[in-house]
Amino acid sequence: MNPSVNGTYKDRSSHHTVVAIVEDKPGVLMRVSSLFRRRGFNIESLTVGHSEAEGLSRMTIVVDGTSAPIEQVEKQLYKLIDVVKVTDLSQEDMVARELAMIKVRCNNLNRHELLDIANVFRADVVDIATNSIILQVVGDEDKIDGLVKMCEPYGIRELTRTGRIAMVRGAKTTTVHEQEPERIRQFHAVQGRRVEGELPFSSD
Amino acid sequence: MARMTGAQMVLDGLQREGVDTIFGYPGGVVLPLYDTLPQFPGIRHILVRHEQAAAHMADGYARASGRMGTCLGTSGPGATNLVTGICTSWMDSTPVFALTGNVARSLLGKDGFQEADITGITHSITKHNYLVMRPEEIPLTIREAAHICRTGRPGPVLVDIPKDVFQESAEYEWPEQINLRGYKPTVEGHSGMIRRAAELIDQAERPIIIAGHGVIWSDAQDALIRLAEKANIPVITTFLGIGAFPEAHDLSYGWLGMHGMFYANMAADKADLVIGVGMRFDDRAMGRFKDFNPGVKIIHIDIDPAEIGKNFATTVPIVGSAANVLPRLAEQVKEAKHTPWIRWIDQCREEHPSLHIRESRRMLPQYVVRTLYEETNGNANIVTGVGQHQMWAGQHYFYKRPRQLITSGGLGTMGFELPAAIGAQVACPEAETWAICGDGGFQMTMQEMAVLVDEGLPVKIAIFNNGYLGMVRQWQQLFYDKNLVAVAMTQPDFVKLADAYGIRGIRVETKAEVASAIREARAHKGPILLDFQIDQEENVWPMVPAGAALSETIEAPAEELAR
Repeated sequence: MNPSVNGTYKDRSSHHTVVAIVEDKPGVLMRVSSLFRRRGFNIESLTVGHSEAEGLSRMTIVVDGTSAPIEQVEKQLYKLIDVVKVTDLSQEDMVARELAMIKVRCNNLNRHELLDIANVFRADVVDIATNSIILQVVGDEDKIDGLVKMCEPYGIRELTRTGRIAMVRGAKTTTVHEQEPERIRQFHAVQGRRVEGELPFSSD
Repeated sequence: MARMTGAQMVLDGLQREGVDTIFGYPGGVVLPLYDTLPQFPGIRHILVRHEQAAAHMADGYARASGRMGTCLGTSGPGATNLVTGICTSWMDSTPVFALTGNVARSLLGKDGFQEADITGITHSITKHNYLVMRPEEIPLTIREAAHICRTGRPGPVLVDIPKDVFQESAEYEWPEQINLRGYKPTVEGHSGMIRRAAELIDQAERPIIIAGHGVIWSDAQDALIRLAEKANIPVITTFLGIGAFPEAHDLSYGWLGMHGMFYANMAADKADLVIGVGMRFDDRAMGRFKDFNPGVKIIHIDIDPAEIGKNFATTVPIVGSAANVLPRLAEQVKEAKHTPWIRWIDQCREEHPSLHIRESRRMLPQYVVRTLYEETNGNANIVTGVGQHQMWAGQHYFYKRPRQLITSGGLGTMGFELPAAIGAQVACPEAETWAICGDGGFQMTMQEMAVLVDEGLPVKIAIFNNGYLGMVRQWQQLFYDKNLVAVAMTQPDFVKLADAYGIRGIRVETKAEVASAIREARAHKGPILLDFQIDQEENVWPMVPAGAALSETIEAPAEELAR
């Protein structure tokens, strides 16, 4: 049982962490989010950014597995032409992290208490003012939930969380290695879909 | 390498992809394309009267020929009018290439005149779509789009091109190869799974094959017949699968579903093994999922992995095309007889002959379809709209070959019939093509009669005119306590309408005139319209009420039969 922002307890046992490697093209995020909407798959969080390969973005999607069988989620994602590879990291030994910034109300009397709490959670103080403080914390959702709960009595002015990103432990990767012929590569390059170079490490 | 305008590249690319016909409608931003059209005499342009019909025509063309159909609309309303047609082809997995123009690049996103974000609008109803921002991208875009459209599980694609991209020139080279790393359809079929499927078939006492649209699209009819005959497995089809297995075959037991044959539904419900081929276990076919044949084992062969396990747990999943999987399966299964099982279905058919047409003085719609079947020797291509007439056309005409019945199954698009029949007639100019229309649906796209005249297409139009939106009325009678709301329609004089377009029309008012009217229509060289004033109250039976299980199929009630 994990505390969350509003004090209710959130069961994350049905959550799956799906990583989708997608072409870095306009409209891809819409294709993915629209797919989730129309199929009724619930997204807990969706994080997107560059991957190690130019032209490929990496999406980390936390899906509520009770809204749909995770196999359907993967298969439907694969049907999108711009989705190159899909992996359900929940099947793997993975590292999952999230970053949060919490702006907490404080004053001269209780600031040291907050700093103690931050210390316990290994949160960084990234901004400080006479009546507020911004804590930055990295960890899994439970840890962030815990810090949020501890800050609540002081008054949370503002909270932002990035959503989960994740990676498989060990040498295994979820990357894509496929060389494209030069002409095709050029075409994809002008379209904004650049092809990755040689990757110096092994993959599954 | 040659220098070409974007418009030239588009048309040259389409021609290289085998496009010989474009169903389209001009408008501001596609004028550069139309200006270029005369340079490509190999491409026939058919001017429609509404873009929705262009998409249906391309769809009908594709379904009749097995080739990709192409439609074209201008930006804004031209593009949005295509949407219903694109979605129809999306739901039934047919290869339609939709081309649209858009406002010049500098105006995109500025709400320019006739701007619509058609790629955004069609994301969820196309297999893929493209907004082409540079003329250099056109050749590969056309090649990729056509490849995606036709291969794997076919489906519509849309290519949207801003006006100034049509006009700009660039070096043109046709790409010989393409490589889409996110699109690699599995067509082969896993040999281990095929072996397991063969074992399961050998062990089954009551196997049944349910053949779907995918069998038609992968031209797997012969292999299906071989498999069925070798292991003596009864075959039923889905509604869209009609024609995938010859209905005159001894092992054919019609089609299943909401208005399928009683014995087909019972066979599906009592089988111990269902072999689903190129079909998707849709709710209209299978009834209430949770009560479909408890304990049945399922072999599911489909080219789209996402269909497998979507609605039912599958015992043996095989991802691959029917054309690849069925011959291997036919080779591996042992010969069998399944005599008691087949006898059981035969007896069910004798006791519940769903396709018996009762004696009546009235002009029963079933009788009209059956007479059409007899008069055409079962050889005509039948294109239907959606509703009661669609079900009667599916039930009482007996189909011999794939692509013989063209109908909107998944989306259920009223108004599909006439334009799709036009597309089918263009694809198969020699074939006898009948558009079986409802009086409601016909009025959604009847303006396309003008195209019949323009192009000299001999489509035979048969309107099943009961003055009602019949299927809706049937539901109101059965499930809404006979509270008939907004279903009775005052119809125009269809014969006069046809006459206004320069098409011959015949009103058929009595049962005695049916056969002679059909003969007259067949003898007539050009297009012709028959307004069959069918019995107004007739309903479609058997029926699986919405949300009921196949085992709860209802047959025609006695009071309706007594009319």
